[in-house]
Amino acid sequence: MLKTIDEINEKIKRGQAVVVTAEEIIDLVKEKGSKKVAMEVDVVTTGTFGPMCSSGAYFNIGHTKPRIKLGGGKVYLNDVPAYAGFAAVDVMIGANALPDDDMRNRVHPGEFNYGGGHVIEELVAGNDIRLIATAYGTDCYPRKKLETWINIEDLNEAVLFNMRNAYQNYNVAVNLSDKTIYTYMGVLKPRLGNANYCSAGQLSPLLNDPLYKTIGIGSKIFLGGGIGYITWQGTQHSPGVVRSDNNVPKRGAGTLAVIGDLKQMDAQWLLGTSMYGYGITLTVGIGIPIPILSEEILVHTSVADKDIFAAIVDYSDAYPNVKPDILGEVSYAELKTGVIHLQGKDVPTGSLSSYSRAKKIAGTLKEWIRNGSFILSEPVAPIPSADSGLRMKLLKERPIDETSG
Amino acid sequence: MVIRRKIVLHFPQRSVDRPIVFRLIKDYDLEFNILKASVTPDEEGLMVLELRGDRNNYDAGIRYLTKEGVRIQALSQDVIRNEERCTHCGACVTTCPTSAFAVDQETRQIQFINEKCIACGLCIKPCPPRAMELHF
Repeated sequence: MLKTIDEINEKIKRGQAVVVTAEEIIDLVKEKGSKKVAMEVDVVTTGTFGPMCSSGAYFNIGHTKPRIKLGGGKVYLNDVPAYAGFAAVDVMIGANALPDDDMRNRVHPGEFNYGGGHVIEELVAGNDIRLIATAYGTDCYPRKKLETWINIEDLNEAVLFNMRNAYQNYNVAVNLSDKTIYTYMGVLKPRLGNANYCSAGQLSPLLNDPLYKTIGIGSKIFLGGGIGYITWQGTQHSPGVVRSDNNVPKRGAGTLAVIGDLKQMDAQWLLGTSMYGYGITLTVGIGIPIPILSEEILVHTSVADKDIFAAIVDYSDAYPNVKPDILGEVSYAELKTGVIHLQGKDVPTGSLSSYSRAKKIAGTLKEWIRNGSFILSEPVAPIPSADSGLRMKLLKERPIDETSG
Repeated sequence: MVIRRKIVLHFPQRSVDRPIVFRLIKDYDLEFNILKASVTPDEEGLMVLELRGDRNNYDAGIRYLTKEGVRIQALSQDVIRNEERCTHCGACVTTCPTSAFAVDQETRQIQFINEKCIACGLCIKPCPPRAMELHF
């Protein structure tokens, strides 16, 4: 090991840490070689800003007089249903939640103009949120109805808690059918009319630490414009997928669960997002610092778009019907040229993840570390890596009938 | 001097059943290309046109339209990008039939080239942060 996290933190406190972004490191390693750069550079910062559906927030609204027990009742925030399955005044809202009267896809494609993601964005922006709740009433919590404005400033706690974020690589989505389809990967035009991808590629956190050597439980991160932490591997964490020689997965692989105080976040980095004909999500800004503890870790951070490959998947059939077929693999460098060649056609590409914003996140995190305001944390436990053999499983459906169970 | 302009015409309810645009060709010798039209009886009509012709004829044609009660807007005002909401993701790029969005290869920011926009509105709903706004 070249350095420890403690030694790097000492340099950060003295204002002497050498910090570069995951984009800047690529040319640096090309010019000087990995051995030299591994000694010189202390931290590489990454960033990503894309729609991350399994995001949500929980908060404690404070007790009312007389008391009300929301748990087991119903709670709406700006007409969007929130989850009230906890104690008296704890409430959770998921990014995908929709108002009861939303048309959804009854008229296809649904517009999906407002939902949980927008409530979270508005809460963080400091807007008043309309809370309407009903409860069943108990001897100790007699109240049955509550209608009030709430504001993030007045909440006891307001916490962003995302169970799956920062996907390590993702599918490139296309449509082989004869009609336009509306997916979480955007609007896909018929007969390979376009190809949409969603990753910050060479800037993306987990693509720069493909075997999770430094990113683990307890890692301190940039989250939604403020500080957050990694709490666990994310749901569907699947490190056992096929990888290139550089250890970078060629399919959706690792994921992260993250947490942070919403009160210090910025709505610019937590954006309510509408996927036409699909639903509501939250676009989340995440940046993770990678301490350069060894030459191997450095080499991983120097990965470039041309060395990161993603699978092209047909979202009209293969994806919805869970067929394993892919139409090919393509690098992010090719995707970023604006056109890929597929089945004899030039297919224009579009991105759902903002590279320019990912770059801004990596740059912001770099500044925070350079000026000493962001000290790295030591992970308390690793997340399962490629050697764990862990793969995401499909549901084994077991029909319910009266004789079994 | 020959000029070419894209404009949006708002027809008042009462004039929808009269051949106003036809007179632009016949009396003012203007060429036009209809980019979008939404004309329904008993409602305000809307048409997006590209007009081409001699400058004097063009000006006279516009005066004629105004006299007939048609409200005219320059097209570039019609689809607007809310810069605060745009994240420069790029989901719009392949939705546009006239390539009015381009990726700056250096900054990876998305340029909205107003002059290419025909205000068809195809980019409005697919924009994930809903940054594209149609103003008529």
